[in-house]
Amino acid sequence: MIRDFGIVWSERALLLNGLANTAILSTLSAVAALLLGFMVAPALMSKRPVISGAARVFVDGMRCVPFLLFAYIVYYGLPSLGLRLDNWTSGLAALTIYNAAYMAEILRGAWVVQPREPIEAGVAFGFSDFRLFRRIILPPLLLSAGPVIGNQMIQIIKDSAFLTIIALPELTHAASSIQSRHYIPFAAFITAVFLYWALCLVIEAGVNSIGRVAEARR
Amino acid sequence: MNGGDIAAIFQGAIVTVALSLVGILIGLPIGLSLALIRWANVPVAARIVALYVSVLRATPLVTLLLLLFFALPNIGVPMTPISAAILGLVMNTSAFNCEVWRSALMNFPKDQYEAAQSVGMRAGQRFRRIVLPQIVRVSLPGLVNEMSLLIKVTPVLAVVGVVDITRAAVRIGAQTYEPLPPFLVAIALYAPIVFALVSLQRWIERRQIAAEALA
Repeated sequence: MIRDFGIVWSERALLLNGLANTAILSTLSAVAALLLGFMVAPALMSKRPVISGAARVFVDGMRCVPFLLFAYIVYYGLPSLGLRLDNWTSGLAALTIYNAAYMAEILRGAWVVQPREPIEAGVAFGFSDFRLFRRIILPPLLLSAGPVIGNQMIQIIKDSAFLTIIALPELTHAASSIQSRHYIPFAAFITAVFLYWALCLVIEAGVNSIGRVAEARR
Repeated sequence: MNGGDIAAIFQGAIVTVALSLVGILIGLPIGLSLALIRWANVPVAARIVALYVSVLRATPLVTLLLLLFFALPNIGVPMTPISAAILGLVMNTSAFNCEVWRSALMNFPKDQYEAAQSVGMRAGQRFRRIVLPQIVRVSLPGLVNEMSLLIKVTPVLAVVGVVDITRAAVRIGAQTYEPLPPFLVAIALYAPIVFALVSLQRWIERRQIAAEALA
């Protein structure tokens, strides 16, 4: 057993590369999904039924489809419509679009319970739309939605493991190739499990520090 | 894609639903027992459960399945794709269920528990008659949410060779060189199942809010 972990250690470059790819993939798509979510969330709350209806169909649609199936469609299905993406592009696109729906719903939830007064005061002070959003709406919104966004980021990390099926060299894929090369399944996969755990602990620590900032501002 | 292919995907759907149900039915009581161990603060065991939940909540189901499917036979536990699937689903969902149950237990009003003690109810009675009926109601939306999440991760079972909706669709796509139609059929099967659970969750929440407003 110790010997098996020795083999994993000798393959650490492969594993760390996979960990780095998982981290890059998750961070990029988390940021992109959050930005997209900021565009979809106002659409969800739009007073024009066509816009809010379309946004609602997108968000509820994504929430009803399993991520793995969505990734399969982007990677294997889209080429028959003439759109061929490599595994990195389709992995990133699938992860981003899918989670944008969840982010939009999270932001909408936090947005509707924000107190109206500061926003109205901002309007009365003559803030332009963009400055109103950046200075008045955004900071409390991010603070109050912080924990839920953190949970969604953990979800994104876990979803990124599915991308091993389209041969994206992320952490699970690295563990799989170590296991198939040396036949040490326990050592290879348990190491991957603990690395995922470490990533999630980092995010939880980040969320807790945001929580402390939010507490201090109250 | 012909009629036989669609029938194959439907057969996969039966496997998906059956495995999800088994996972949910075993995962619920295990989650509750784990939550009780933490709530009662059983020495050592409570610590182990906390660690188990923390690790399992961070582990992608694919990684867990590969671990179970390849590593357990090594230590003499025979594994078929189906048993690895059930074990993986139960381990995964029980960790999440544990958190839902636990938050309901933590918010349980202490005075009721003490009142039950003072009228001489035994521990088992207190739990069965006073605590359980109330925490079930509080936990229900969270548990249903957990069920819809569980169904959404079942496509991963195809990785270890379970012939569920997704694997049936992939196989047909590979045979016909037309992957899009079978995937769309697969989505048409998954979406209503998940949507039904999501609607159920919203309905329960609305009913509970309405009941609270009346009270």
